[in-house]
Amino acid sequence: MSSFFAQEVPLTWYLLLSAALFSLGVIGFLIKRNLITVFMSIELMLNGVNLSFVTFAQQWHAVKGQIFVFFVMMVAAAEAAVGLAIIIAVFRARATLAVDRIDLMKL
Amino acid sequence: MHLILFAVFAGLCLVGAINLLLQSHPINSALSLIVVMTSLAVLYLLLGAEFLAIAQVIVYAGAIMVLFTFVVMLLNAGREDRTLGSRAASRVGFPAVAVILALIATVILHTQGLGTARLSDGLSNTAGAANLEVLGSVLFTKLLLPFEVTSVLILIAILGAVALARHGDGNGERTDDE
Repeated sequence: MSSFFAQEVPLTWYLLLSAALFSLGVIGFLIKRNLITVFMSIELMLNGVNLSFVTFAQQWHAVKGQIFVFFVMMVAAAEAAVGLAIIIAVFRARATLAVDRIDLMKL
Repeated sequence: MHLILFAVFAGLCLVGAINLLLQSHPINSALSLIVVMTSLAVLYLLLGAEFLAIAQVIVYAGAIMVLFTFVVMLLNAGREDRTLGSRAASRVGFPAVAVILALIATVILHTQGLGTARLSDGLSNTAGAANLEVLGSVLFTKLLLPFEVTSVLILIAILGAVALARHGDGNGERTDDE
């Protein structure tokens, strides 16, 4: 049993988890009908990709992967601020958040 | 120990992500996304990325998700209706996503030379502080210009968010309360 506790995790598992998170994000992007939840699925995809960056940084003992993740986080923060402002503007113009009803660029 | 921590938090990650898809109320989806992001922070710690673990908690779970929950509450978003969903998403989308996942998994499983992760195995194979030192020195010497450009980007994003979300129609016409 003590050998079970000392067991190490193959990096493959982290990569599989990252692929699974990305795919769940894609599925959420496809099936969710609420604008905010669709946006959350995009964040989920970004997080899945971040996990694979950190895993490869660990694999090759390179710091570049972690720096990429840092910049992705900063861009995601900027994207979330602007995206949510756009959602608020859309809601003000249409009074709905259902993506099926937001199908025209013009009012 | 590493295996148990990985199993617990990878499981939490997947459960949170699946719960995000299953919930029909946006606030429940937002809370499950917070679970996913916090578990990912623990996984970053296991991979020896302490700085990113802290940044994940502060930036993602702290700032971005607070913004999300705030907007959900501000817009009083109710339950979504599933009746208007397109059939194309389920007919073409799901098989396509399954194929993509299978493809990525096959490539990952057939890649040789992927090592194992040890607990607190930082980038420089020493204690955690050295890893932070390496990251900081690279970020503030070689990558100083991109780092500063990021701050300008964030500033522009703040201005854009204020300009988009403020009252008025954006044509420069001001409402009375400004």
